[in-house]
Amino acid sequence: MTTASPQRPATVRGQEAPVRAIPVRRLVLVELRKAVDTRSGLWLLAAIGVASLGALVIFGVFGPAEERTVYGFAGMALLPQTFLLPVLGILLVTSEWSARAGLVTFTLEPRRGLVVLAKTVAAVVLGLAGLALLLVVAGAATALAGTGDQAWDLGARDLGHLVLLQLLAVLQGVAFGLLLMNSTAAIVLYFALPVAMNLLVQFVAAVRDHAAWFDLATSQAPLYTQAPLTGEQWAQLGATALLWVGLPLLVGYLRLRRREITTA
Amino acid sequence: MIVVDGLTKVYGEHRAVDDVTFSVEPGRVTGFLGPNGAGKSTTLRMLCALTRPTSGSALLLGRRYEDIPNPGRTVGVLLDASAQHPGRTGRESLTLSALAMGLDRRRVEEMLELVGLTPAEARRRVGAYSLGMRQRLGIANALLGSPRILLLDEPANGLDPAGIRWMRTLLSDFTSAGGAALLSSHLLREVEVIADDLVVIGRGRIVATGSKEELLATAGTVVRSDDDRALEQALRAQGLEPVPSARGGMVVEAQPVEVGRVAAAHRIPLSELRPSESGGLEERFLELTAADAREGVS
Repeated sequence: MTTASPQRPATVRGQEAPVRAIPVRRLVLVELRKAVDTRSGLWLLAAIGVASLGALVIFGVFGPAEERTVYGFAGMALLPQTFLLPVLGILLVTSEWSARAGLVTFTLEPRRGLVVLAKTVAAVVLGLAGLALLLVVAGAATALAGTGDQAWDLGARDLGHLVLLQLLAVLQGVAFGLLLMNSTAAIVLYFALPVAMNLLVQFVAAVRDHAAWFDLATSQAPLYTQAPLTGEQWAQLGATALLWVGLPLLVGYLRLRRREITTA
Repeated sequence: MIVVDGLTKVYGEHRAVDDVTFSVEPGRVTGFLGPNGAGKSTTLRMLCALTRPTSGSALLLGRRYEDIPNPGRTVGVLLDASAQHPGRTGRESLTLSALAMGLDRRRVEEMLELVGLTPAEARRRVGAYSLGMRQRLGIANALLGSPRILLLDEPANGLDPAGIRWMRTLLSDFTSAGGAALLSSHLLREVEVIADDLVVIGRGRIVATGSKEELLATAGTVVRSDDDRALEQALRAQGLEPVPSARGGMVVEAQPVEVGRVAAAHRIPLSELRPSESGGLEERFLELTAADAREGVS
């Protein structure tokens, strides 16, 4: 480091130039950049890519021949994504606290709700980009190893299911991150919760009978099929999404609004 | 340019900031001086909407911070030099801020050069920076948007004496162009070098405000007696405000002869009577803060 002789920088604007509020679009760009400009962010994205590819290869080699369709490949590659992308969503929010970047973020944009909105949109964009990439790769896999006449069947409904699964996963990550504002706690809760729910569903009959109404994994299961969802299944999916995504998002946002942004 | 009026923050029973009122004028560097835990950082956080005041208000150019559109373009803030993502490079940290504020990328290079971070240093991750380098990066980040107001919390922390002189030049350039700077410090020597005006805070309350010269000039009289309590009452009866000194006795804002007269009139034998030493700001600071600390105990 040099103790440079100070130059005269144009650090002060002469007259009060009219300054417009930061557009949300720009906040989203900043959040997208934050997701990829650290080593941990890049490693996470790389891990997601490798896991998706790995799942495809394994499925292509060992999967049942009749399921080696573009839908089968996409569903297979989606599994690691829905598993890992929420972590990206969590870190997008919690790094403001664990890496203490929040002080700068919230002084540059004190409208905290907009920062949350920008992070949510950024997470959705990343999720959809991941899905788009996955479909391209699934297409390539089908071209290489696809079998049967239904190999290229991928209807709007199937695509809709995949999009929904992906969005629920990233949004749950953002919601958990916002609720807990701590990387470790949010990640642990995110992975521990389905295990706990699964145990409940397995061993408590009363819970098992109504699991689809409050267990996100159960209510999501129909989305992994090519069959249309019944009205009741949609209602169950909506209810569980409200419970595990909507509610933590709301509580986390309210908490953030009141919260003091400190350094330690 | 900054008007703080009756700003108060209460945490449970603890009044971290208690009815703080002061203003910062354009073209001046105002030092916000106080011992650790006096409420400086809480006050600065309330100034930029990171902490909600319990009561009172803080206006920057007539507006609350949260009402300023794209505030980075008007107010440059450095609250904690270590509050940067350790995994980002110095340049990337500034680039993110420039992107948010809608600035040209060239501004990032200008600021890196201004604060003396070399291209090689700018490529390193912030986690590997020394405290001094982080302070420089933080100052670059605060100046990025060409603000008219600077809010800096302990910016001289981690800078060597040359670095502190550098900061003085930087800030005097900033204020001579019409900017207003408020910087906090718990070290009087730093503030003495850098600031034009002083706001002294202790235990959440303002204990003195004024220009540096004013506060230096009013260094008063140190007096010690057989019966300090009686003398204190006698002085108060005269409308003076004796402040118990950290080193025993008390300090009064008056000429020694005036204090002597009061003591004589009340027949209190003095054991010491002298003008407080030159460079009295430090003594005064110690006394002010020590007195305030004692009030809290009694």
